[in-house]
Amino acid sequence: MDQLFVVLKSSVVQLAGRWLPEGALPFVSMGLTIAAIAAAAPVIMMYLTWLERKIIARMQNRLGPNRVGLYGLAQPLADGLKMLIKEDIVPEGADRLVHSLAPVVAVVPALLVFAVLPFGRNMIAADLNVGLLYFLAVSSISSYAIFMGGWASRNKFSLLGAMRGVAQIISYEVPSVLSVVVVIMVAGTLSMGGIVEAQASRWFVFTPWGFVAALIFFLSGVAEVNRTPFDMPEAESEIVAGFHTEYSGMKFALWYMAEFLEAFAISAFTVTLFLGGWQGPAIPLWWALFGSVCLVATARTIPTVLRVLGVVACVGSGVVAYLANEAVPSWAWFLAKTYGLVFVLVWFRGTLPRLRVDQLMGLAWKFFLPLTLINIASAALWVAMPGPSGGVLAGALLILSGWWLIRLNNPAPLQPRTYLFVE
Amino acid sequence: MTEPLLDTQLLEVNLGPQHPSTHGVFRMQALLDGETIVKLKPVMGYLHRNHEQLGEGMTYIASFPFTDRLDYFCAMTNNLGLALAIEQLAGGIEVPERAQYIRVIMSELTRLVNHTAVIGFLLNDMGAFGTPLLYAFREREKILDLFEMASGSRMMCNYIRPGGVREDVPEGFLERASRIVAEYPRFLDEFEALLTQNEIIRQRAQHVGVLSKELAINASITGPMLRASGVDYDIRKVDGYGIYPRFAFRIPLGTVGDVYDRYYVRILEMRESVAILQQALKEIPPGPSISPKGLQLVKSPRTFRPPKGAEAYGRIESPKGELGFFLASDGSPQPYRYHVRAPSFINLTVLEDLCLGHKVADVIIILGSIDIVMGEVDR
Amino acid sequence: MIGIGVLKGLWVTLREFLGTYPAGRWLLTRLGASTGQGLFTIEYPEVKQQHAERHRVFPFLVYDASPDNLRCVACKICEQECPPQCIHIVGPAKDEQGRPLKAHGRTFPVKFDIDVSICMSCRICVDVCPFDAIEMDNAHELSGFDRFAEMVYTKEQLLKSNEYFQQIKPTEASVVDQRLAAKAAKTAMPPQPAASP
Repeated sequence: MDQLFVVLKSSVVQLAGRWLPEGALPFVSMGLTIAAIAAAAPVIMMYLTWLERKIIARMQNRLGPNRVGLYGLAQPLADGLKMLIKEDIVPEGADRLVHSLAPVVAVVPALLVFAVLPFGRNMIAADLNVGLLYFLAVSSISSYAIFMGGWASRNKFSLLGAMRGVAQIISYEVPSVLSVVVVIMVAGTLSMGGIVEAQASRWFVFTPWGFVAALIFFLSGVAEVNRTPFDMPEAESEIVAGFHTEYSGMKFALWYMAEFLEAFAISAFTVTLFLGGWQGPAIPLWWALFGSVCLVATARTIPTVLRVLGVVACVGSGVVAYLANEAVPSWAWFLAKTYGLVFVLVWFRGTLPRLRVDQLMGLAWKFFLPLTLINIASAALWVAMPGPSGGVLAGALLILSGWWLIRLNNPAPLQPRTYLFVE
Repeated sequence: MTEPLLDTQLLEVNLGPQHPSTHGVFRMQALLDGETIVKLKPVMGYLHRNHEQLGEGMTYIASFPFTDRLDYFCAMTNNLGLALAIEQLAGGIEVPERAQYIRVIMSELTRLVNHTAVIGFLLNDMGAFGTPLLYAFREREKILDLFEMASGSRMMCNYIRPGGVREDVPEGFLERASRIVAEYPRFLDEFEALLTQNEIIRQRAQHVGVLSKELAINASITGPMLRASGVDYDIRKVDGYGIYPRFAFRIPLGTVGDVYDRYYVRILEMRESVAILQQALKEIPPGPSISPKGLQLVKSPRTFRPPKGAEAYGRIESPKGELGFFLASDGSPQPYRYHVRAPSFINLTVLEDLCLGHKVADVIIILGSIDIVMGEVDR
Repeated sequence: MIGIGVLKGLWVTLREFLGTYPAGRWLLTRLGASTGQGLFTIEYPEVKQQHAERHRVFPFLVYDASPDNLRCVACKICEQECPPQCIHIVGPAKDEQGRPLKAHGRTFPVKFDIDVSICMSCRICVDVCPFDAIEMDNAHELSGFDRFAEMVYTKEQLLKSNEYFQQIKPTEASVVDQRLAAKAAKTAMPPQPAASP
């Protein structure tokens, strides 16, 4: 089960080896991986939108979409169809080439970063030995896309949104990169697979420097993908939709896809770098399968026939997993952790209002950046003095500096207010 | 010939009538220097429906359904204002005790409804993607169901009349209202937990759009906006209309007068309204719900002919401020002049002073905290 | 910077989220937290909202026993008092010499149209009618495709029986019935002679 996809791919490649010459096989293998990622990415994005709508709806005491298909699962398909058949509008006087190119420039980097994600044991598309650098470099290209989109729309609001967006992305690159430096220091390698394996004994998030670095990396990532509370560039309540106001139809769908793919990518990278990647405790698989029996059996909105079939399938596969003594597969751990972080992203969106532009920037430059520099120092302490003394010193340094930075950044006006009551 | 080092240009932007969050069709012409507002001109009138002139062509009672639609969030209090003005014009129509209590209950329920909606919309403007708004509307739904029980319509109630209320409240209304009022503080606590100490809201709202006491008084601002700037002026205490002097309630005052104060004063006012409601629901006596003169007005509006030259100004503390109705009669069943002093309109005149020097994002929040409804601004 | 307040807010929404699932409610009660308000959605059209008895939408004309025994006498007071002027009455019915025709002892209107796309549901017509001939209906699923053919209700469409009124608004109908019965008793009773000392 764990190596299911690897085994599948190698058998298909062997099958192709019967008709194709030897030299073509690496290309077939690469082509299969690329095809798998390119097919999975839109599906991931579609069901991320579904997940977001359902989770936010439940937080607001209402059901999400539930009319189109069971539980609304066909809703993303309906949305996709709608976007496809919409009229494609390019504003008059807009720069047509740039206007059409901007969404493409947004989506392609979002897809490209999937090449270095370790989805499971032995399941990286390309285990570059500079994988992390590749990720940081490619994800910065999205700032071009935003500016192109805002400029080409010939709309003052879009331009405002684009300028804010670019400023935000560039500002948050810095803490993002610096917070990853500690990982490189401790793991000793830039390759993603290597970083995951370096966490075999202890996930980086359970160390003081790793915890702070994970928080900063995750929050900077949220800022980079323009999600609440950092979604100033597309602040609906002020500038309608910011840099993608003037896009409709498939181009808007591409922007949307870029945003969600990047959100997934940020979660996935936080998991890989700090939360142990595809590693997980060796829980036997049959627990999970038998446990899902309860969920399926009690789901009242599914027709009874499907419920019975579902229960039978779960029990059957549970028996098989028990006999085969399988542990939960690595890619299942990876997906579970990533979707856990995606839930946190959606949770933020459902709860928090957005920060203003200058406050956003203040957060990046005045709080995150100094904290990442101090974090590097504390990680150095950890590496130089292994054992509890190093850990305690590192933790103490971080707590003190964090407290000091909060005091520095927290001006007097945020003190609690007093209110008079008059009879 | 030297050229300036950096050729910047002021950007003129229309936060136009079609906009997801200008609380109705409202246009602001802003001159921006980068992100900072240099000049702001509000343009109103997109929702002008000729309310006052229509009132001149209809009897006094026939204006009541139109007053519902002035400030469409607070239909009951609009009715109450016009009823007070007509009672004054007639030289004082007696209102029975039970009707007075019902009027107070409806007004305070309206205050709850309005303030939760306003805070929800303010948070929506701040970008909270609808969650506080939907919580507020969930509570609002329960109170609107109460309004439907009593008057037949959730929003356009048309319920309060000169001389009392149109019809007594039905069976079960008082129990249901007591239940809702008893649960309201828990909802307010949850709402506050979500919002009041949230650092993001404090950063966005504190020291933004500060309204000084002097400017507030000079510009005749009324309502929670005035009280957030520290001026102690609540018409329920000043005029003591109806039976408000019988209830023990406090007036919360703010100190700084920024968006955060305006938001928090509204939350405190809601708690005071809950206190008034609890007292009123306990003390309401049985009795008639409209006086005979009022009933005659309801059944034959054309018999009401105030003496020629009579004038009256009836004002109430509506959730948005001082809502006043001016009536001048010429002896016929239709008023000669009918004017509405709309609090949203008057409060909106200081928008430019509040917004100068702030960013575009703040303008939307400041507008949200002034609490306008275009139906009232444009009439 | 981002600290306790944000975390409190996040906990509120998480609680509401979990409170919409039975498993989540179990978890929250085990933790001793409040379980939120649950789902508030009414899934129309499978489930319809229950309206209060007084819910008013558009008016209708009341008849007792048979449609030609309608209570309306075409006095046109409601037409005069209607604020948006959406009632159009032609009547009372007259014969060739111009004398009013009577049915069941009363005059009756020839045409009685209410333009419901203008009607404000304000109830003033009901308040001013001296004969309790017009009352408010609460049917609200009334969409149509044609502005005039379907949005202007004629007399035939507006006539509904008193039994229908009693069914949709029992309390109000009983008050009206008592009032009409008292009026009928007063007019039926002959004036009593003064008692001789």
